[in-house]
Amino acid sequence: MSVAETRTERSAGWNRPPAVEPEGEGELLEVAMGPHHPSTHGVFRMDVSLDGERVVRLKPVFGYLHRNHEKIAEGVAYLASMPYTDRLDYFCSLTNNWAYALAVEKLAGQEVPARAEYIRVILAELTRIQNHASTIGFLLQEMGASGTPLMYAFREREKILDLFESLTGSRMMCNYMRFGGCRVDLSSAWIEATKKVVAGLPAFVDEFEALLTGNEILMARCQGVGVLKPDLAVNAGISGPMLRASGVNYDLRKVDHYGIYDRFQFRVPLGDHGDIYDRYMVRVLEMRESIGILNQALQDIPLGPIMDAKAKLRGFRPKPGEAYGRIEAPKGELGFYLISDGGPNPYRYRVRPPSLINLTVLEDMCLGHNVADVVLIFGSVDIVLGEVDR
Amino acid sequence: MLGEGIVKGMLETAKNFAGSFVSEDRLTTVEYPEQRIPTAENARVFPFLIYDGPDWHAGLRCVACQICEKECPPKCIYIEKSKDKKPDFVGKPQIYPARFDIDISVCMSCQICVEVCPFEAIKMDTEFELATGDRFGGLLLDCRELAKSNEYYHSIHPTEAAEVDARLAEEKKAAEAKAKAAAAAAAQKAAADAAAKAAAPKPGAPAAGGS
Repeated sequence: MSVAETRTERSAGWNRPPAVEPEGEGELLEVAMGPHHPSTHGVFRMDVSLDGERVVRLKPVFGYLHRNHEKIAEGVAYLASMPYTDRLDYFCSLTNNWAYALAVEKLAGQEVPARAEYIRVILAELTRIQNHASTIGFLLQEMGASGTPLMYAFREREKILDLFESLTGSRMMCNYMRFGGCRVDLSSAWIEATKKVVAGLPAFVDEFEALLTGNEILMARCQGVGVLKPDLAVNAGISGPMLRASGVNYDLRKVDHYGIYDRFQFRVPLGDHGDIYDRYMVRVLEMRESIGILNQALQDIPLGPIMDAKAKLRGFRPKPGEAYGRIEAPKGELGFYLISDGGPNPYRYRVRPPSLINLTVLEDMCLGHNVADVVLIFGSVDIVLGEVDR
Repeated sequence: MLGEGIVKGMLETAKNFAGSFVSEDRLTTVEYPEQRIPTAENARVFPFLIYDGPDWHAGLRCVACQICEKECPPKCIYIEKSKDKKPDFVGKPQIYPARFDIDISVCMSCQICVEVCPFEAIKMDTEFELATGDRFGGLLLDCRELAKSNEYYHSIHPTEAAEVDARLAEEKKAAEAKAKAAAAAAAQKAAADAAAKAAAPKPGAPAAGGS
């Protein structure tokens, strides 16, 4: 490839030469999948070069949903960013709250009471279950199973969202956690209702698996498609179920022991091949482990305060310093990096979104596969555009 | 055998299909405008201002301290302080909001204004059917539109409202006790002054001006 050619490639936005050489005669076809393509989970564009049906190169284009979240956060008080974090990954607002609260607690040196830690674990695991269920539902929707798996997933998600609403006041934009604890206490009625929902979840996962796991069409479409090698996954900073599906044992709940996760017995499911089927299977198994954690947490939850006594709502000024708080969100490692200069606003506020970083290997997974598989591979990454673009 | 998994999945779907005729809790669909799910007790949509008693203007709890205006993340609250004062619920003269606007097209229902309010004056409503044809004026609510009675608050959030009322009653009692003590102290002081005055032969003398 000549220098001039490379330059035009660069100016067209391609950051590397085509990795798969086109076969035979003829021109490449360039297709812009998105931003209004129904499979893109929002507004996301993939510029795909096709040799017949085969993907020769793929360029992800994002930023259509950019809302200036990080810059806005530098201009408002620490607490005022909390409702904005709900809107990052709007499927899992409670885990976003937790990650941000964790970063600020680290910065300000606040202690979280035991009951609040239990509440956080319960809510985070409920969030994980509903996120994984709906992700699998959407994946199957994109595979052409119009409706049924997604409807089953949403039926279960509905029960969990009702729990969120009765506790936090809102179904999706929960805005529940505070620095040093949680906003409102659980009632015993809420715990009973949650126990009832959790008791029904294993039957749902069984049903989901009977419907999908052995299905020949699903196997044919998913097995061996979109393989992500473990070394590439580690080098690219992939996290969450995608990394574990490639066989890398890395779960922040086990590595960081943040919150009180070392009190619970659970296993980390690992994949073997790193294909779409493994990612599906890892999510199903994680739902089962989450149910186990929920049962333990709901049984042991202690009584006590839910807020750090020293925490204050107004006039919050952490001392100068920096902190990085990260948790295992349903989609991967969600981190908040904060620098304080002693003022009421953060000096720098940075989000490490799992969705965006998991997307960086999209081209590597898609090369050589058909266009129809691109949709599936993209769906198996599990992203929410609110978090990718921020 | 090829196709076994598909048949198994189909059986699961058939079970669900048949189940919806048998079991009541499988029928989860609610025909919305005709049927409604009761709202959760602590559901929140948009904020409103509380007033006590029959007159909304006289009973408004808000003292225009502008804390909510400052803390609101999307800055959807606009407050102008009054020039004069009116008595609040303990009888202390306080300034009141001459203007209190909330642009609910900007509000994101985060409840931070409720949490930071030290006067229990702003609370979250559960009314969500707010569609309007006028997209500028219709969604900019002024003080009159925002003011709702304490009885209304009790009807939408009974537990929370009872707690708030208990807290306010306690505050009022404390304020009254304080006022009483202050009055008693003032009376005592006045009596002592009078006694000192009577005892001192020459009020202008420096030695007797000790009281």
